[in-house]
Amino acid sequence: MTKRPFLGWFASPSILIAFGIAASFLAIVQYSFRANIPGALDPGGFTLENFTTLWKAIYGDAFLNTVLLCLWTAVFTLLIGYPLAYAMVRARSVRLRSAILLISLTPLFLGEIVRTYSWMIVLGNRGFLNAALMQMGLIDRPIPFMFTMTGVVIALVHFTLPIVVVMLAAGLSHIDRNLERAATSLGAGRVRVFLTVTLPLSIPGIVAATSTAFAWTFSAFATPQMIGGGQVQTISTLVYQVGFASFNFPLAASLSLTGLLFTVAVLAIFNTGIRRLERIGGH
Amino acid sequence: MRKSLLDHLLDWAGRIVLIAILAFVLLPFVVVAIASFNDGAILSFPPREWSWRWYANAFQYRDFGAGLTNSLKIAVFGATIALIAGAGFAYVLDRYEFRFKNTLNGILMSPLIIPNFTIGLGLLILSAAASLPRNLWLVVATHVVIVMPFVVRSVYVSLQNFERRFEQAAESLGGSPWHVLRTITLPLLAPGLASGGLFAAILSFNEFTASLFVVNQSTQTLPVAMYNYVREYADPTLAAVSVIYVLAVAVILLIVHKFFRLEKVLNVE
Repeated sequence: MTKRPFLGWFASPSILIAFGIAASFLAIVQYSFRANIPGALDPGGFTLENFTTLWKAIYGDAFLNTVLLCLWTAVFTLLIGYPLAYAMVRARSVRLRSAILLISLTPLFLGEIVRTYSWMIVLGNRGFLNAALMQMGLIDRPIPFMFTMTGVVIALVHFTLPIVVVMLAAGLSHIDRNLERAATSLGAGRVRVFLTVTLPLSIPGIVAATSTAFAWTFSAFATPQMIGGGQVQTISTLVYQVGFASFNFPLAASLSLTGLLFTVAVLAIFNTGIRRLERIGGH
Repeated sequence: MRKSLLDHLLDWAGRIVLIAILAFVLLPFVVVAIASFNDGAILSFPPREWSWRWYANAFQYRDFGAGLTNSLKIAVFGATIALIAGAGFAYVLDRYEFRFKNTLNGILMSPLIIPNFTIGLGLLILSAAASLPRNLWLVVATHVVIVMPFVVRSVYVSLQNFERRFEQAAESLGGSPWHVLRTITLPLLAPGLASGGLFAAILSFNEFTASLFVVNQSTQTLPVAMYNYVREYADPTLAAVSVIYVLAVAVILLIVHKFFRLEKVLNVE
């Protein structure tokens, strides 16, 4: 009998899939260094032109927009997600906890299209929000939410919220409640216990949630595409446009590759942060 | 201990904040439900007249039916392949040491950080370079790549909490590895496998961005068909589709919650 039964059988399918992933990554790298031949599917010879093209203003703007969207979305998602995660983990009644859990997590399983379309109906000039504000007499002209950064951020916060709540709740549920009880028994009020015990202990969860929020916002496509309507270009919408409107796949590949390197760099910084925090928290 | 005035204020502030946040989460779904019954093709709030006509329209529109069929096929094939490959990998990841284990793990988990539009673009370019047809299997392969990390994680967590003693008892009684796997390991892992597979199917059914890159007219999924509809028509048909979509997902989640408890599936207990 072998010491490791099934190793070959169990590992082979995943090895095959790993080769597929590696090959498609190499395909992007390879295309990003090839010249584009308009009208032809196959790319031309070796060139660095794709990367020099990326220095043009529209690509720089898309990078800037993407970074700003990631930043604002992370800030607002954390502000809204933290109380929600806190209530979910700490609610005393099982029913309330289940209700919060189902309401806040169902959107996670709804996909980007349904959610973005729903926000288009809320945010449009004839949409729910403007109609409500006008009927209340607060405004006399619709506020433009569609095709603006504000509108995209609102929808992106809603899109990112469930996964951030999951990460924050996981962090909060692992906090030792005895530490809070100790602080209370020593005379600290609720606000002080939260600020000096609970909040610091949940920082690793906050950092993890922020990095996930960043990755989600960065890869969001339908939201900036549909709510931004071409006025708010991000890396994702530009990759699609360059690929499917201009059929310049080498340029789309180099844009994707640059975006990916940027994501990996940002996530690496977050990871270092998490490791440092764990070292402080663990000992 | 009596509650102070500050404690009461905090309790009330907490409740109001919680209700406001939950209202924000639910708002778009409530609004889309109202819009779906708006009789006119142009939206107005509140609707002047109500009707079911957009629901009828949603069922008659061919692309939605074809998209739903494609999406279900892709979800079933994709989740099954991802479950078989992912469970196998989780098993060897948990039990064995072998060469390139970390490399393999890194590549298979990389779709968690690679944006879906990059995955879609990569597989599109790869299929073009390898002269593969852009058929349904290309979409299935794309979905397998995207959902597999979630299956691996789900099964791996189950394996970590696994009682090895039952397997050891069966082995010491002379059971062959295959027999132990079939009668002990697989039945004990069944809940983890089921939730991993279901999770994969739901994710695949919802996937939009990567699909948009690899589908063509005949293989478009339901989310892609919905996206194309918004680009062409402004009427509330998609609101009706969205309502059906939300209700279907909510019912599935309620059932899952009843059997598996979502807290456990998502590890937030």
